[in-house]
Amino acid sequence: MASFVLRRFISMVITLWLIVTVTFFLMHTIPGSPFQRDGRESNETVIQNLMAHYHLDQPLSVQYILYLKSLVGLDLGPSISHYPDTVNNMIARGFPVSFQLGMAALLFAIVSGIALGTVAALRHNKIIDYAAMVFAVIGIAVPNFIVATVLIKYVAVEWKLFPVASWGTWKHIVLPALALATGPLALIARMTRANMIEVLNQDYIETAKAKGLSPAVIVCKHALRNAVLPVVTLLGALLANVLTGSFVIEKIFAVPGMGKYFVDGINNRDYAVIMGTTVFYSALLVFLMFLVDVAYGIIDPRIKLHKREG
Amino acid sequence: MEKKKLLEVEGLRVSFQTHGGTVQAVRGVSFSLHEGETLAVVGESGCGKSVTARSIMRLIPEHIGRITEGHIRFQDKDLTALTEKQMRELRGSQISMIFQDSMTALNPTITIGEQIMEGIIRHQKVSRQEAREQAVETLKLVGIANPESRLKQYLHQFSGGMRQRIMIAIAFVCRPKILIADEPTTALDVTIQAQILDLFKRLQEQTGVSIIMITHDLGVVAKIANRVNVMYAGQVVESGAVRDIFYHPQHPYTRGLLGSMPRLDSERDIPLKSIPGTPPDLFAPPQGCAFAARCEYALEVCGRYQPETTTVCERHRVACWLQDPRAKNIWPQRDEATG
Repeated sequence: MASFVLRRFISMVITLWLIVTVTFFLMHTIPGSPFQRDGRESNETVIQNLMAHYHLDQPLSVQYILYLKSLVGLDLGPSISHYPDTVNNMIARGFPVSFQLGMAALLFAIVSGIALGTVAALRHNKIIDYAAMVFAVIGIAVPNFIVATVLIKYVAVEWKLFPVASWGTWKHIVLPALALATGPLALIARMTRANMIEVLNQDYIETAKAKGLSPAVIVCKHALRNAVLPVVTLLGALLANVLTGSFVIEKIFAVPGMGKYFVDGINNRDYAVIMGTTVFYSALLVFLMFLVDVAYGIIDPRIKLHKREG
Repeated sequence: MEKKKLLEVEGLRVSFQTHGGTVQAVRGVSFSLHEGETLAVVGESGCGKSVTARSIMRLIPEHIGRITEGHIRFQDKDLTALTEKQMRELRGSQISMIFQDSMTALNPTITIGEQIMEGIIRHQKVSRQEAREQAVETLKLVGIANPESRLKQYLHQFSGGMRQRIMIAIAFVCRPKILIADEPTTALDVTIQAQILDLFKRLQEQTGVSIIMITHDLGVVAKIANRVNVMYAGQVVESGAVRDIFYHPQHPYTRGLLGSMPRLDSERDIPLKSIPGTPPDLFAPPQGCAFAARCEYALEVCGRYQPETTTVCERHRVACWLQDPRAKNIWPQRDEATG
């Protein structure tokens, strides 16, 4: 187990370095600079001095080395457009909010998605199955900002069940989390259903029936565990998706999360913020993948064997 | 050895609704199983032997499969009339089933111990500790070394023969009266097959369990069975004691099966005999004898009317028109030993 974790960790670091490198050079190919935008005229010497301050006058390779150096020290650098704010500070402020929202959404998506998928599979080709799958297709097809506006219009404005456009109590999380959860929920439901139908046709389910076990025990103990395995693989990507995909939702519900900084960073060509948020999210994603791999080994004992052999 | 009848199947008919129409998988099967005996059910793929076995367990796929006629009497109950809930009480405790492929018939993500113990916990009011002891006991019985540590392992940590032993342990852990084994040795190599068959024999000697052994391997039949049902196209065409079937086969199909077995003493360059043709389409079974189209002795009557089941001697019964007094001179008499 230890050598497996170590190997996964090393490949995680290499992946991150590749992401940093590619993002860094791609970002600098975008025309424009942090100090020349909106056609505004600025003093030439001021710009020269600013460029020098942020090392932007140096060759790209030198900038790259400098960036890697500060990155190793976990310093994402100062924000160019929001002096004297640092990227580290921005993430420290914005991420907990985005994280809270994302986790709430994901938790809801997992629980309801698996439940919906299981019920659909058990009533395969019955009316409940069709209803659940129509709902799932809608959930995947309709963008979450439309779900968000519908929720605001009815749940918040007309029925006044939950507040919007502020942040503070748990009530403020409900609507953005719901809007954010629809896509993943639908995805999980479809996946659970497909896997469940397959698993229920496996021979070991018949063995379980032959033992005289009740349908509830068979589904919960023998089928569900095997059916949600692929869903677990998906979780890392889904969590990252929910966290990063919340930009629009955060904007609509005025949630003070990380999405705001990221979008502003791109608009302002704020190199440090773009790099910082990208690296942060990448690191998060890669780390989640790593966790999922380890979790997979715990849920499915067969994976351990291959590790020992390999 | 006239023992008590344990199970009696009477006129069983099972059909499946498919997209292509209704398949009559089992068409009027009757037989009985006595205490402590091993009944082999032989026949080629699709002849209805597995469906018959699953009907006894009431494990034919719901929605599409249905027992349309007949009775299955076990002790004083008619299994076809029981509710699903009553049936669950019997499954695993009174009647157990062993499946062919132990690789897919065991759950890969649950420990072997848990898979054995859950049957005990389901049917007996015992603590987990007691269930564990019983599981260890049963694993010892089926010949698995270090049962205590093996309990914590998973399917992939066992070899093919070991997995089949575990399947048997799972089926046997509540000491059922009837063990139905659906081709339990087909997926195993020959030496392991012999070990597993010995295990069945030993279990039967020690506990007196009755075994229904479904197989297409006549070698298995010779080794383990007391009596044999030969099935063809959803019907039992011949049934009798092993020596009757092997030495005095009456039905041309049984003869064909025996004749298509490779023999140690045959010439090397003579190709294996086979029965020409294929089994009939069970979507529309033929009007007369199902085997008539492939039978070299077929009479005109065979294609028109179903043969009656006649008794040759004692419990040796056969369904064939050649048994009719009017056909006697055509059929080579039973002096010709085939087996």
